[in-house]
Amino acid sequence: MSHATATPVGGKLTTPFFNLMALVALVGAAALVVRFGQGLGAASGMTDGYAWGIWIALDVVVGTALGCGGYAMALLVYVANRGKYHPLVRPALLTGALGYSFAALSIVVDVGRYWGMWKIPTYVSWWNFDSALLEVALCVMTYVMVIWIEFSPSVLERWRSSGTPGQRTFAESAGPKLDKALPWIIALGILLPTMHQSSLGTVMMLPYSKMHPLWFSPLLPLLFLVNCLFLGYAAVIGETTVSTNGFGRRSDTRLLGSLAPVMGWLILFFLVLRFGNLVLRGSLPAAFVANKYAAWFWLENLLLLVPGIVLLGKNARERASTQFGAAFAIMAGGVLYRFNTYILAYDPGPGWSYFPSVLEILVTAGFVAMQVMIYLFVVRRFPVLPSATPAPSR
Amino acid sequence: MDRDALQVSNLTSAAAAIASGVGRRDFLKICSLAAAAVGLPASAAEKMAARAALPKKPSVIWLQFQECTGCTESLLRTSHPGAGELILDLISLDYHETLMAAAGHQAEKTLAEAIKENDGKFVLVVEGAIPVKDNGNFCRIGDRTALDMLKETASHAGAIIAIGSCASWGGIPSADPNPTGASGAGDILKGKTVVTIPGCPANPYNLLGVVLQYATFGTLPELDAKARPKFAYSRVIHDDCPRRAHFDAGRFAQRYGDEGSRQGWCLYKMGCKGPRTHANCSLLHFGEVIGAWPIGIGAQCFGCTEKELAFRVPMFQTVEPEQLGPPGMYPSVNAKHGEVSPVATGIAGVAIGAAIGAGVVMSRKLGQQPPEKDGGEEK
Amino acid sequence: MTDITRRQLLQGAAVAGVAAATAAPATAEASAESEARGRQPGDIGLLYDSTLCIGCRACVTKCKQANELPVDALTINGAPYDAPDDLNATTKTVIQVATQGDRFAFMKRQCMQCLDPACVSACMIKAYQKGPGGVITYDQSRCLGDRYCQIACPFNVPKFQWSKAIPIMVKCEMCRHRKEGCACSEVCPRQAVISGKVTDLMAEARRRQAASPGKYLARIYGETEAGGTQCLYLTAADVPFETLGLPKLDTTPQPHLSTSVQHGLYNKMIAPVALYAAIGFAVWKNTRGGKDEEKKP
Repeated sequence: MSHATATPVGGKLTTPFFNLMALVALVGAAALVVRFGQGLGAASGMTDGYAWGIWIALDVVVGTALGCGGYAMALLVYVANRGKYHPLVRPALLTGALGYSFAALSIVVDVGRYWGMWKIPTYVSWWNFDSALLEVALCVMTYVMVIWIEFSPSVLERWRSSGTPGQRTFAESAGPKLDKALPWIIALGILLPTMHQSSLGTVMMLPYSKMHPLWFSPLLPLLFLVNCLFLGYAAVIGETTVSTNGFGRRSDTRLLGSLAPVMGWLILFFLVLRFGNLVLRGSLPAAFVANKYAAWFWLENLLLLVPGIVLLGKNARERASTQFGAAFAIMAGGVLYRFNTYILAYDPGPGWSYFPSVLEILVTAGFVAMQVMIYLFVVRRFPVLPSATPAPSR
Repeated sequence: MDRDALQVSNLTSAAAAIASGVGRRDFLKICSLAAAAVGLPASAAEKMAARAALPKKPSVIWLQFQECTGCTESLLRTSHPGAGELILDLISLDYHETLMAAAGHQAEKTLAEAIKENDGKFVLVVEGAIPVKDNGNFCRIGDRTALDMLKETASHAGAIIAIGSCASWGGIPSADPNPTGASGAGDILKGKTVVTIPGCPANPYNLLGVVLQYATFGTLPELDAKARPKFAYSRVIHDDCPRRAHFDAGRFAQRYGDEGSRQGWCLYKMGCKGPRTHANCSLLHFGEVIGAWPIGIGAQCFGCTEKELAFRVPMFQTVEPEQLGPPGMYPSVNAKHGEVSPVATGIAGVAIGAAIGAGVVMSRKLGQQPPEKDGGEEK
Repeated sequence: MTDITRRQLLQGAAVAGVAAATAAPATAEASAESEARGRQPGDIGLLYDSTLCIGCRACVTKCKQANELPVDALTINGAPYDAPDDLNATTKTVIQVATQGDRFAFMKRQCMQCLDPACVSACMIKAYQKGPGGVITYDQSRCLGDRYCQIACPFNVPKFQWSKAIPIMVKCEMCRHRKEGCACSEVCPRQAVISGKVTDLMAEARRRQAASPGKYLARIYGETEAGGTQCLYLTAADVPFETLGLPKLDTTPQPHLSTSVQHGLYNKMIAPVALYAAIGFAVWKNTRGGKDEEKKP
């Protein structure tokens, strides 16, 4: 099977679902007016204690991890040389590109002095190499460009086949150059997430005195890296299943199913690392205290452990519903792990509390809706989703 | 206008009025003013007038020992009632070394007679500390030691009032190293109720209040643990200080004559003892001259009523304010921040619910091999 | 291309990654420790003595005046009060009340001026720097408002102007703009807060403790906490520092762990460059030749 079989879905763009998303996106955009007009305090529930809210924890930390499908698949296809997964790469790159772009957009929204962000890549002499966040910022900025370049063959392909004459000329001249550079860009597309996804873990090592022992770990960088990998695979399964089914294209259950053991072992590796470290540091007793921390801790881990074991079984390789259910649970567990590391486990001290404000939630919802809209637009107009409908393997 | 001249003219005019036979109406007015000034009920004026109309007015014997006469001088500067009205109309001041015309043996004879005549009924006012070292040999009047005189007189008195800090707890004479063993009246007359009205000088109205209450009703006001009338000494200067707002706002004069000092800011940093000094100076100024008290003229309170402070704690040293509990308006170290809006909770709940619901529905759909239709979801 | 090579490569990468991540804190410990700033003779700071403080808030008022900060208007019964409840965008120092049963004590908050500050370690482009006298300076022209400093600070000190569309961070900089020095200590009526060289402050703190046996807790907060701070605290014997709202911290400088990891993984960029070379080689090998067409994304 080859990428050549990827075709645009076509069809009418403005379905009722699309319109609903447009409405949510509009409301989110309206909420942004408040944020930029009156400052962050007016638009968010963030305080000096909880200086980071869902715009960072969800839109950036979780959003980029779910966007790691492209990274995870590239690792499998280009480093592990598993060519059969190739049809899954393009949709994964698209969601990754969207996830990362909107994460970057969220940072612009969240950062108080956003107009100065150009200083990060420009003033090299100011760089603080102690700061994990600098590493994240530089990598994410670069990776957003890299991942769109990685995705660009889809666009060029479409232009070459059915673009305007100008587009066709451009595609024909740029295509070969891109092909030559692509391996090194792909390698960059693998290196950068490895760096910044682990650094997202390092970021929360700095405030270790404020971190709950069940989430704090000296292995946070490694845990975040492994977490983003299985989240990436889970996102690929979830997204492919939903979109192919939604567009009436049967997903390749067997192909997706072969991802199951990879995920299963990654999750087990993650859990062993996490629990092993907790035991070594003597922090595990905190998990057996009747409080919200222990409850969330177990929920997170069970949402990973159970589907992780299921994925290692035979059932997961063949049943689409099992695959999807497991992927969904893993996404929930993995997302919770990230979210809780940034919000729940972070305790600035007594008296402080955080819950996102209405506008804050609306902005996040708006961004998600925009991503859905762009995704729908792109898959309908550009060759992203695999067109071939392999025999359903149930 | 010269204040002393005014007072003297007041005094003489009042005396003249009495001498010329003031009418009952005028006299009642004086009693009302006196009652009001010292915080007695209006009905007390009537009683006071009736009591004063009796041929025998309440007798007061005033003894002076180690003192500067400042308390007497303050008393002479009251105007409601004026000293003249007080002495001539309301009470019978039978012995007072400064005010009495008699001297020498004649004076001592008066004292003996007054004690005898009003045995068990007269009010004894003590002004000045009593030296106790070397048998009290440091203060002798008519060849009797202050100690003897006080003990003897007090044994016949109906009520004993110590006026001023010296008589209350020793005052200046008791300051380190206290060579004479100067003591307050209460320390010597153990077992007896000695109402103390500390102050340097004591506010005369606090004395008048006690004397007039005793003269009118035969009772003494409620006293605190240091035998001070609660009506005057239950609160610290700081509580009612006109500069308190500056204290609360953290505005302190740093030194005399600086900008803050000129602006009337709080004098705490310059050693004001107001936050520990129990007295009503801030409410009842001296001689009814507005602002006539230390803080009112820009000087820090030096704690004259308090044995622990006056003449013991250096002038410019600050003291720990008397605080019964933490100030109510102050934030806790664990101040509460952040709020949860019910609407936001609802929206978040709906969003999470929708995501989980969509996942479950999708999963179930896959299990049933659903009919193919348009529409899509992501993530 | 053989599977074995691939597998070996993968294994190598994984092992290297794990080893780097796990071993980094250990191996980089030595280098990070030698980088620890430690106390320096010229360091200046504050000494706050909770037993002397009467809660008059002169320091708060003077601080606002000296730093030209607006009032933190809180409306009580319809009247505005300048009553900040914590450090915030208009308050660089604040007096709070700590209660413990019947006992209460005052607490002054301001930047602790850590010897090895988390905010300095956190900031991407060095808006915070350890300046003359060890004072942590803030440069708003570099600040991006990402608020990682707030997340990082163990004392929750840097504050953000939440209500402004063009916000900056606000924190005590020891009145470095005033030639007279710290405003708060200048007005304190009781020497409950004094400023000066940290060595002198430490000596004064010990003198006070020795002069009144039993009055003070026999510790000086900030001596070792989070690797040491330049602002020191004394408290009464029966009021632990935790009651005053000071976090219980070990003696490790707050940034120690994360910088160890950062320096370990990104030491001279050797590891990332090597990893890039390895990945690039693998991708190039796996995509070249006949497979080229197939492997294009």
